[in-house]
Amino acid sequence: MAQDLHLLTLTQIAASLRNGDFSACEITDLLLRRIEASDASLNAFITVTADQALATAKRADETRAAGKAGALNGLPLAHKDIFCTRDVLTSCGSHMLDNFVAPYDATVVERFANAGAVMLGKTNMDEFAMGSSNETSFFGPVHNPWDLERTPGGSSGGSSAAVAARLAPAATGTDTGGSIRQPAALTGTVGLKPTYGRVSRYGMIAFASSLDQAGVITRSAEDAALLLGVMAGFDARDSTCIDHPVPDYVAGLSTSLNGLRVGIVRQHFDAGLDGQTALAVKAALAVLEEQGAILSEVDLPNLDLSVPTYYVVAPAECSSNLSRFDGVRFGHRASDPKDLFDLYCRSRGEGFGAEVKRRIMTGTYVLSAGYYDAYYLKAQQVRQLIADDFRKAFADVDVIAGPTAPTPAFKLGDKTDDPITMYLNDIYTIGANLAGLPAISTPCGFVAGLPVGLHLVGPPWGEEALLRCAHQYQLQTDWHLACPEAYR
Amino acid sequence: MHKAACIIAARASQVGLRARNSRNSPVSLNKEQVQRIATLARLKLADEEAAETVQKLSRIVAFVDQLSQANTDNVTPMAHPLNASQRLRADVVTELDDRDHVQENAAAVQDGLYLVPKVIE
Repeated sequence: MAQDLHLLTLTQIAASLRNGDFSACEITDLLLRRIEASDASLNAFITVTADQALATAKRADETRAAGKAGALNGLPLAHKDIFCTRDVLTSCGSHMLDNFVAPYDATVVERFANAGAVMLGKTNMDEFAMGSSNETSFFGPVHNPWDLERTPGGSSGGSSAAVAARLAPAATGTDTGGSIRQPAALTGTVGLKPTYGRVSRYGMIAFASSLDQAGVITRSAEDAALLLGVMAGFDARDSTCIDHPVPDYVAGLSTSLNGLRVGIVRQHFDAGLDGQTALAVKAALAVLEEQGAILSEVDLPNLDLSVPTYYVVAPAECSSNLSRFDGVRFGHRASDPKDLFDLYCRSRGEGFGAEVKRRIMTGTYVLSAGYYDAYYLKAQQVRQLIADDFRKAFADVDVIAGPTAPTPAFKLGDKTDDPITMYLNDIYTIGANLAGLPAISTPCGFVAGLPVGLHLVGPPWGEEALLRCAHQYQLQTDWHLACPEAYR
Repeated sequence: MHKAACIIAARASQVGLRARNSRNSPVSLNKEQVQRIATLARLKLADEEAAETVQKLSRIVAFVDQLSQANTDNVTPMAHPLNASQRLRADVVTELDDRDHVQENAAAVQDGLYLVPKVIE
């Protein structure tokens, strides 16, 4: 058996398992040992499901021997701890749910399991997915494998760190304002957020229901295509899941970029963007052009309003969604309540962390009488303008390309004092959530030893073009293959 | 509007959160207002938390207030990112009775019921 199985992508592992080069048990055991050896310094996992993983891997090997292997048979991956996993702790990174054992599986978890995937564990995240640095987790911050003093991004920071450190070849994530793509950019991994309604949200603990979407963090676009094909599709249990055909995403990867129309947004390269990051992104655009893509400028005039719009809509929905945590049916319950009101207030006051409380309160404020029109209704109108901007842009281009995040990974603790500085991290990613569009981040270079991401956004159901663009770019470059030295 | 939002909106007027009447005045919140919002949201804030919350919440509200400058005349508020309509289903029971398993997550249950502090004397 080769020594460096941890460096293989999912697609490579799948081929090796088919060839019988090694078994699902062997790769699972190797990754579990890597997690055990490395995770004390990374803190990427909240729960490692070692026994369950080995049992699933054994079954996968037996299934394969019987000639009945599913699409992901024996492939190891991790789930963000926002997805309900039956009989396994599902904490959502919060003290509120640090005793919550999910009574059922999320649709995403179920689909991967039915396809034969092996769950290694549950990854750390910002509390209730509210954060851009993983520092709001009740279980402590995750450390970036490229520099342990820095953030792996958030909120899917445990997933991005685990994939970057080669503890897992892939992990699920969720993206409400950039929570898959920004951590992918900051760790040199690939992050895919599908179209709103593409993947079922059933069993995915809700933050902002009109923005939340499940996706994956992988090390190649090919792997993201493989996983999306399994997780996408209609689910009657999510009322916002849309019944739209699921194409063969892997088959679509091989078409060249010749004639692909790529839009560049001028404002993306304004003063807010780090200069070195801009150079890396521009070099990536040149690679796309060399491959036959046609670059042109597009305008998103309301782009500046996307972050304030988001910070009305998302907290408003969060204040409604998180009202279910009452200390009665599940979650943290305060001791010795003097009455029902006290039970609610103290259970919630004790169970939620500071950022979650701020967002609930922001949402409560913007929805309250006399403020509803000025904030919430206004934000939903501006959101329509932002979506219109994208619709107009996509009349002329197939993909919009730019930076994923304004800077490479910042130091843990650097942005925790001012919420607005932290919020502005998502300036390039939030628009896709507001407009319900698919988007992907792929590694495109380094600045002072830290990864930089190229962000591609497509029209609704445009995942194929995004994956193809990222895959063709990855055929010409090797940024996505770079591995932090300590984890080779 | 969400049911919870309706309830919150109704309660907000009761506790006297005043509506803004000037679009030009800088938005900020004081400690009393923040405590009222916390009460509406059913959140107990510790004293040391409250001061920081006033400062940070004021920052956030001032930040989102820039939306007031956008011209949204005749713009329909977004209801769904892809303009999809809400799907309906037949009103039939589709789930199995899983009460005992589900209630394992509750702190206090008895005879299949959730227990809360006494609300009726």
